Amino acid sequence: MRHVANVRLESITKVFDGVTAVDDVDLDVADHDFMILLGPSGCGKSTLLRMIAGLEVPTDGTIVIGDVVVNDIEPKARDVAMVFQSYALYPHKTVRANIEFPLKVRGVSKPERAVEADRAAESLGLTEYMDRKPGQLSGGQRQRVALARAIIRHPAVFCMDEPLSNLDAKLRSETRAELVALHRRLDSTFIYVTHDQVEAMTMGTRVAVMSRGRVEQVGTPQEVYAKPATTFVAQFIGTPPMNLLPPGVAEQGDLIVGIRPEHVGVDPSASLRATVQLVEHLGHETLLDTRVGETRVMVRLDGDAVGPEIGTEIGLDVPVRHWHRFDPATGRRVDS
Amino acid sequence: MSVQPPARPRSRERARAGTAVGVDHVRGGWRMVGRYVVLVAVALLVLFPIYTTLVASLKPGSKVLDHPLLPGNFTLQVFRDAWTEGRLGRYLWNSTVVAVLVTVAQIATSLMSAYAFAFLRFPLKSFWFVVFLGTLLVPLEATLVVNRRTIDSLGWLNSYQGLAVPFFATAFGTFLMRQVFLQIPKELREAGQMDGLGHWGFMREVAIPLVRPTLGALALFSFLTSWNQYLWPNLITTEEKMNTVQTGLRLLNSSVPDIERFNVPIAGTVIAALPIALVLIVFQRQLVRGLTAGAVKG
Amino acid sequence: MSGRSLGRRGREWMLALVMLGPSAVILGVFVLYPLGRAVWLGHQRCDAQAKNCATKSWSEYTDVFQSREFQHSLWVTVKFALLTVPIGIALGIGLAVLADRHLRGIGFFRTVFSSTVATSVAVASLMWLFLLQPSRGVLANVGWLQDLFPVIKSPGLLHDPGTALSGVALSSIWANLGFTFIIVTAGLQSIPRELHESAYVDGAGGWRRFTNVTIPMLGPTLVFASVVLTSRAFQTFGEIDLLTAGGPTPQDSTSTMTYLIYGRTSPIKSDAGLQSAVAVLLFIVLLVLSLLQLRGIEKRVHYGS
Repeated sequence: MRHVANVRLESITKVFDGVTAVDDVDLDVADHDFMILLGPSGCGKSTLLRMIAGLEVPTDGTIVIGDVVVNDIEPKARDVAMVFQSYALYPHKTVRANIEFPLKVRGVSKPERAVEADRAAESLGLTEYMDRKPGQLSGGQRQRVALARAIIRHPAVFCMDEPLSNLDAKLRSETRAELVALHRRLDSTFIYVTHDQVEAMTMGTRVAVMSRGRVEQVGTPQEVYAKPATTFVAQFIGTPPMNLLPPGVAEQGDLIVGIRPEHVGVDPSASLRATVQLVEHLGHETLLDTRVGETRVMVRLDGDAVGPEIGTEIGLDVPVRHWHRFDPATGRRVDS
Repeated sequence: MSVQPPARPRSRERARAGTAVGVDHVRGGWRMVGRYVVLVAVALLVLFPIYTTLVASLKPGSKVLDHPLLPGNFTLQVFRDAWTEGRLGRYLWNSTVVAVLVTVAQIATSLMSAYAFAFLRFPLKSFWFVVFLGTLLVPLEATLVVNRRTIDSLGWLNSYQGLAVPFFATAFGTFLMRQVFLQIPKELREAGQMDGLGHWGFMREVAIPLVRPTLGALALFSFLTSWNQYLWPNLITTEEKMNTVQTGLRLLNSSVPDIERFNVPIAGTVIAALPIALVLIVFQRQLVRGLTAGAVKG
Repeated sequence: MSGRSLGRRGREWMLALVMLGPSAVILGVFVLYPLGRAVWLGHQRCDAQAKNCATKSWSEYTDVFQSREFQHSLWVTVKFALLTVPIGIALGIGLAVLADRHLRGIGFFRTVFSSTVATSVAVASLMWLFLLQPSRGVLANVGWLQDLFPVIKSPGLLHDPGTALSGVALSSIWANLGFTFIIVTAGLQSIPRELHESAYVDGAGGWRRFTNVTIPMLGPTLVFASVVLTSRAFQTFGEIDLLTAGGPTPQDSTSTMTYLIYGRTSPIKSDAGLQSAVAVLLFIVLLVLSLLQLRGIEKRVHYGS
C-alpha cells in the first residue's frame, strides 16, 4: 500500500487561551523523511506534532498530507499513526488485542487481524508476550507494543512524541538503532519529537530546531551542526555548546562570533587572553572552562593534554575559518 | 502464623528496620487475645437482633421467651405460613422487578451523563453540573407529594413503572462515574481517536471496561436502595398485590394480631432479609471498593 | 482537545444532549419540578390529590412554620438526630478502629460489622419491634434489664411517651452501623501509613495517635458520614411507621417531620398544600443544616495536603 506521504505545513499557528504555542510555522517534510522536531520543553514541537496527527486543530494555516488538506479531517481518516510518550496502551486488553485494535475498529475480520498482528509483533520481537496485559510488561516492551499498534495500520505518516524519554539510558541507545532500522524497513514518513539533541543528530534525516513556537532552522543534522542559522541553534546543538564571543572581542565590529570548543586551541602567543576556571579530565577529552572577560569560553583538548593550572592566564587560538558570525540584534547568522 | 514481636525497640533505627512490628500489628500475646475478646463481644452485640429474630421465628408465640437464645424443637412450618399468608412470593417478585428495572436504568443513565460531563465539551457545562449536584440536596420527601400526583395523572398508580420510573436517574451515580471516568488518562482517549474510535466506541471498548469495579458497586448500591424503599411504595400502591416486600411486611405484621402466632411476621422478616443478605455476602468487597473510590476521596 | 471546526463542535453538542437527556429529563420531572411545584403548593390549600386548590398568601409558610404541630415535629426530629447521629458516628469509629488490624480472621469481623447494611428499614424496624415488644420481646423480658429500666416491660419502651423516641433511635442506630462502619473503615485506610508510623516512632501511644493522627485525618470522612446520617435522621419514616405510628398519643412523641407529612395518623394528610409546605420547610431546614455542617467542620479539620 504505497502512498505518497509528504507533509506540508503552511503558516501554521496555534493559540491556547491567549498563549501562542506555535507561531506561523512553515515546514516541508518529504516522503519517507525521518524528520525530527527538536527543541526545549515548551517550544511547541509537541503541539505541532499533535496538529499533524489531528489531535489539535490549527488556529490558522493549512496542513497537507499527501495531496490532501487535512485540517478538517479526523485523525482516523488521515492515515497517520501516533506513538505517545506514555505509550497509551489499553490496560485492560492483552498485547494482542492492543495491537489488533486499530484494525478491529475498521472492521477487519478476525482471522485477518490475527495474521497482521502476528506479523507486526514478530517484527518487533513481541511474539511471546501476545497474551499478557500491559501491566505485566517492562517499559521497553510496552513501547514496542505501542509501535506495533502503530505499524499494523501501515500508515503514511508515523508521529512519535518523545517515545524514548521513559526508557533508561542503555535501552534508549538500543531502541534508537531499532527505530532507524524500522524506518528503513517501512514505507512511511517519520515525524519525531524530542528534546534530546543526540537522538536528533543520530536518527534523523532532517532536523527542525524549534524555539518558542517558531522554527529556527531546518536541515540535515550536519547542516544544523556546521552552519547553525541562529545563536539559539548554535547553542542548542553540540555539547558543550558553541562559544559565543560578544562583538569586539575576537575582532573589531559589531557581530557576535561563535566558535565550537573543539575548534579552540591553546596558544601562548595568541592575542586573545582567558583565565582558566576549571579543568575537567574526562578521559577521552579534557575540557577547559575559561573566562574571557565575563564570557565563558570552553576549550576541548585531547584526553592526554595536560591542562594549565586553575587561575592562570592562557592564550586562545581561534582560527577564522571556524568562525560563525551572528547579528546580535536578531541572533541570525551573517555570512560574509 | 502468630505475631510474636521482638522486644520494644529502643532506637528509631530498630523501629524502622523491624518488619514484624509494624504500627498496626498487634503486639504482645495478651494484647492480641484482648482484642479478639473485644471483637467477639462486639460482634455478638451486633448480631444479637438478627440471631434472636431467627431463633424467635422458629418457635410459636407463646414459647418465644422460654429460651430466647436456643431454638429448641423447631419447626419450619412457620416459614411456609409466613410465605403464604404474607404473600411474600408475590411481594418478593415485585421488589425484584422494580429493583432490577431501577438498577439497569440508573446504570445506563449515569454512565451516559457521566461520560458527557467527563469527556465532552458543550456550552454551560459547569452550570449543568451544578444543577445535577443540586438535585442531591433535595430530600426525597419534598418531592413525593407532587410525584404522586404526576404518577396518578399518568395512570401509573399500582404499576411497576410507577414504582420504578421516578428513580431511573441519579445524580449520585452520575457524580460517582464521572469521578472514575476523569481518572482515565487523556492519552488513552487520544490513542482511541488515532485508532478510529468515536465516543460510543470509546465508551464501549475502553471507558466502561476500565471502570467496572465502580460500576458494580453502583449497581449494588442502586439495587439495595431500591429494594429498601419504603415510603414511595406505600404512597402509590393501594392494591394489595402490588406491594413490595417492605410494605408487605407491614401488612403481614398488622394482620397477625394473635399473640400466639407472633412468630409468623418474624419469620416473614427473616425471609425478606435473606435475598439481600446473600447478595451482599457475595459482593461485599466490590461494594466497599467501588463506593469509596469516588465518594470519600473525592 | 481545543478548537474544533464548527461541524465537529456541533456534533459534540448533539451527542452531549443525547447522553445527558435521559438523566436530565428524569431528574427534572421527578426532582426539580416537584420541588418547584411543592413550593407553589405550599402557599395553597388543597385536597389530598392536590386538586381543588385555593390560593392563599405566602404567609402561609410562616403560619405553618409557627404552628404547634410543625414546631413539635421539628423538635422531635431534631431530638432524633441528636440521638442517632453522634452515637452512630462514635460507634462507627469505634468499630472501624477495632477492626483496623491485621489479625487472622479480621475479614469475618468486618463482614459482621457491615452486616446491618443488608437490613432494610422494614426488616430492621420489625426486628427491634419484636425485641422490644413488652409481652413477648426478648429485650423486654430480661430480668436485670427490667430492674434497670422498668419501662421496658410496662408499658414498653415504644409505648412510653418519654422513651419511645429512644426506642426508635435504638433501632435506627443499629441499622446504620454497617453503613457508618464501611465509610469510616474506608477513611481509615486512606490515611497514609507513614503518618501513623512517624507518630509511633516519636513515641505516641495508641490514644495519642488516635487523637492526633486518626481523627484529624478522618475529617472529610466524618463530615460525609455526618451529613448522610443527619439527612437520614431527618427523613426517618419507615421506622416510625412500623414501630410507633407516630405515637404514643396524645403526645405524638415520635412524630417527625416526615411523619407529619405522610404518616397514617397525620393531621394534615388530607391537604396536599399543607403537606407541600411542610415538605418545603423540611428541605430548607435540611439544606441549612448540611451547609452548616460542611462549613463548620471544614474550618476545624485538617484535610491533609
